[in-house]
Amino acid sequence: MTAAIEASGLGKKYGRRWALSDCTLSIPVGRVVGLVGPNGAGKTTLLNLATGMLAPTTGSIRVLGGEPASGPDQLARVGYVAQDAPVYAGLSIADHLRLGAHLNPGWDADLAAQRISRLGLTPSQKAGTLSGGQRAQLALTLAIAKRPELLILDEPIASLDPLARREFLQVLMETTAESEVSVIMSSHLVADLERIADYLVVLMGSRVQLAGEVDQLLASHQLLTGVRRDPGSLPASLHIVTASHTERQSTILVRSDEPVLDPSWSVSQIDLEDLVLAYMGLARTEPAGPVAPTAKILEEKR
Amino acid sequence: MIWLTWRQFRGQAITSAAVLAVLAIALGITGHGLVSRYDQIGLGTCQATCTSLAAKFIDELQVGHYSTMFFAGLALMYAVPALIGIFWGAPLIAREFEHGTHRLAWNQSVSRSRWAAVKLGLVGLAAVATAGLLSLMISWWASPIDHALNYGAANTGAGYSQLSPLVFAARGIAPLGYAAFAFALGVTAGVLIRRTVPAMAVTLVIFAGVQILMPTVVRPHLILPVQATAPFNANTADDFVITSQGNGPATMMLTGNYSRPGAWILSNQTITPSGRLFDGPPARACTSNSASPQACDNWVNSLHLRQLITYQPASRFWPLQFAETGVYLVLAVALGALCTWRIRRRRA
Repeated sequence: MTAAIEASGLGKKYGRRWALSDCTLSIPVGRVVGLVGPNGAGKTTLLNLATGMLAPTTGSIRVLGGEPASGPDQLARVGYVAQDAPVYAGLSIADHLRLGAHLNPGWDADLAAQRISRLGLTPSQKAGTLSGGQRAQLALTLAIAKRPELLILDEPIASLDPLARREFLQVLMETTAESEVSVIMSSHLVADLERIADYLVVLMGSRVQLAGEVDQLLASHQLLTGVRRDPGSLPASLHIVTASHTERQSTILVRSDEPVLDPSWSVSQIDLEDLVLAYMGLARTEPAGPVAPTAKILEEKR
Repeated sequence: MIWLTWRQFRGQAITSAAVLAVLAIALGITGHGLVSRYDQIGLGTCQATCTSLAAKFIDELQVGHYSTMFFAGLALMYAVPALIGIFWGAPLIAREFEHGTHRLAWNQSVSRSRWAAVKLGLVGLAAVATAGLLSLMISWWASPIDHALNYGAANTGAGYSQLSPLVFAARGIAPLGYAAFAFALGVTAGVLIRRTVPAMAVTLVIFAGVQILMPTVVRPHLILPVQATAPFNANTADDFVITSQGNGPATMMLTGNYSRPGAWILSNQTITPSGRLFDGPPARACTSNSASPQACDNWVNSLHLRQLITYQPASRFWPLQFAETGVYLVLAVALGALCTWRIRRRRA
């Protein structure tokens, strides 16, 4: 089965700055992928590489087995809502739907018309007069109605109010429920993605910090709390992600495929947001102290 | 892609079609009056008296509004290609970059090269068609005047023959080439600069530069000019200029008369029998106040000077038009190819 996105050693350099470096990923099809990271982490760069808007400086990327934007066929397979949901301000909603119909052989006119009427939009309205949420919905409608196999959304809800956010995600969830489409959606907020993502990629400082199925990520991470001690005393099978210590207590996030059986630790599950924040914090500050098992991750960062 | 291009260009297309229609009516009405005057004066049927009739016709036009319209027509023919480059060419793709809409367009199931080629091709054709229609209308309107001016002896308008640099660019098919080039130049500037207003400014500056270089440097040599020599006749010469600088020897420049109706004279030199440019020194017969003008003429004639004229004859109007249009079309196609290549390669 071909991957939705298969990247290997992928990097993009602007001038002397690496916007994305050494990105190796294999995201299976059929997932709703959340791409999380703070602003400037390289999310847009990665998505632009996936849509062929950018060419990589190093490495390679294949999308649904093909080279991004290599031709009309490949373009037809990927729907893209770029950052800020660009639409033609001078054209009406109906014009945009005609544009979609003329430029996409797989265009689903019924679907497009249905979505527009369900959103309560007037087809004759000029796109320039739409609110941010309506514009995002129009851009999403264009991307969905071309019936892509992969839908790529770059911060589609970042600028929307809470109600518009909810509506947008609602439409997105219905779409994924109705069709086999894979989705990759970026956001700098985990909360936006928590409800719909079943696969997570965390980008930080131009590097992939974490990638995997949400269920597996949650199951393989445990938060250990106990009497303060040196993290080096933990069994080697546990990979320490972060460790924090108060005077009397140690809190350690470990990654392990096996359950932690040591009764001196109180073991708890971590939620998605805390997990992402832990990996983001890891990339931001280099923890001091004897944290040998995390050295591998730290090396990746340097 | 054709539909989208049309939809985005529709407003401009309708506006310019309306302007052309209004212009066609105005030119049709006044042009008719011009033709009947031309016939009334007898220029349509003249045999030997054409030159004087032409002068009379031109003189009559000086007082009416026809003269103003003639020059307004020239100005319009100069302005339209530049305007097309600035207002159709420069924003065509630069505006997509500015508004980010290229990210929408480039993610439809149409390759970028096709997107660029259709936009360039269709709007470029519209640009050429607009300039062509305008040139056709204005060339038709001005044809009585152009004919009269081509008789050349009409001293009021000797500089406005169809081949003169001023009129040449506003007649025939050359404006089609200018429009195509200006449009492609505007698009290229927009693609490279990515911002509409700076691209417009760059388009104007480069286009104006090319339009100045073309008649001064390139056009005279598009076809090898004709050289003609004739014995210099002082009695019919146009100009004797004698200059003396301080105590040095005085120089004398002679300009011979010529009769080449409608020709574009590139140079008119007076040379000695040995082929050198004649520059004096003048004999006493020419510098002394007491000598008669005839004495000076006789002395000049005794030198057996020759007049050397380099020119493009009036019959070269169409060959030169085709050559020049060809040059501009080649430039336009090259710029179009550059744009398409840049867009295919350009990222985000």
